[in-house]
Amino acid sequence: MAAKRKTPVKTRNPDLIRGVGKYSRSKMYHKRGLWAIKAKNGGVFPRHDPKPKAPAAADKPPKFYPAEDVKKPLLNKRKPKPTKLRASITPGTVLILLAGRFMGKRVVFLKQLTSGLLLVTGPFKINGVPLRRVNQSYVIATSTKVDISGVNVEKFDEKYFAKEVQKKKKKSEGEFFEAEKEDKKKLPEGKKEDQKAVDATLIKSIEGVPELKAYLAARFSLKSGMKPHELVF
Amino acid sequence: MPFKRYVEIGRVALVNYGKDHGKLVVIVDVVDQNRALVDAPDMVRSQMNFKRLTLTDIKIDINKVPKKKTLIDAMEKADVKNKWENSSWGRKLIVQKRRASLDDFGRFKLMLAKIKKAGIVRQELAKLKKETSA
Repeated sequence: MAAKRKTPVKTRNPDLIRGVGKYSRSKMYHKRGLWAIKAKNGGVFPRHDPKPKAPAAADKPPKFYPAEDVKKPLLNKRKPKPTKLRASITPGTVLILLAGRFMGKRVVFLKQLTSGLLLVTGPFKINGVPLRRVNQSYVIATSTKVDISGVNVEKFDEKYFAKEVQKKKKKSEGEFFEAEKEDKKKLPEGKKEDQKAVDATLIKSIEGVPELKAYLAARFSLKSGMKPHELVF
Repeated sequence: MPFKRYVEIGRVALVNYGKDHGKLVVIVDVVDQNRALVDAPDMVRSQMNFKRLTLTDIKIDINKVPKKKTLIDAMEKADVKNKWENSSWGRKLIVQKRRASLDDFGRFKLMLAKIKKAGIVRQELAKLKKETSA
């Protein structure tokens, strides 16, 4: 196909009324410069013959014909959009985790990853929650914000949190009967350093607010008389 | 035990149900046995059932169905707002509203403050107990 123009050509033949152009066929021939194209090509309009195609490899007959017609699945061009972040969740918001190992912990939100999950940190020194991914649906956003300007979270993405691929080890007969001795997975030192780097500036800004550190260290729980639908977070 | 607060023109009442819940209104006329015509500076004058109103101690001096401006002036003269906010009932409502609008951090700080206060009270009590027993 000929290359498409970036902007469509404005027609050189304005409409007098719908269906009737201002210029006749012969005038348009002149306006479009077809005479010049012909002159350049020696009196004939340039032809582009189809290029001779390279001979295609002979198709081998398939090994297998299915007994019934096989249906082709419908074409799906859907591209999933990144999860919409709730307006109440902004970098530095204190979130309450609602499920999982750290249920009830109050945690600082850092950023939203490309998969839609939220990157949060305890900070680790304060409440034991490391740099972690968390789903937006399992979180209550409070209106308390922490100053997060000094923290650099550029390097954290989905790949950082991917599971390590275990190399499968071939076992000999004797080793099968030994108890499965797998080393307890140790946290690599790099991740500990990352945690400390992120938390250092965070903890400073948290200690600037009175009682915020104790707040983050405590867990949230519903007490008698608290009505969740009437609570303001 | 006779009644002390009467439904009369100029009686200030608190709305306890409906769209205007929590507002202070003035009874400007009585429609019939069950309903009153009620008005407030920030409200369109309307009728309300007495069951929706709780009478207060405050009464202002107005004629039947005054103009809005007259009503507002009379309320200013009687200083309804300050009288209400300094009364124990009014203060309780203000505290309730403030407690309900506390966010999670506020509730945490409140809890710490309560614990601290209780600790101080207990210390003083222990001191007094020691003095009386000694």
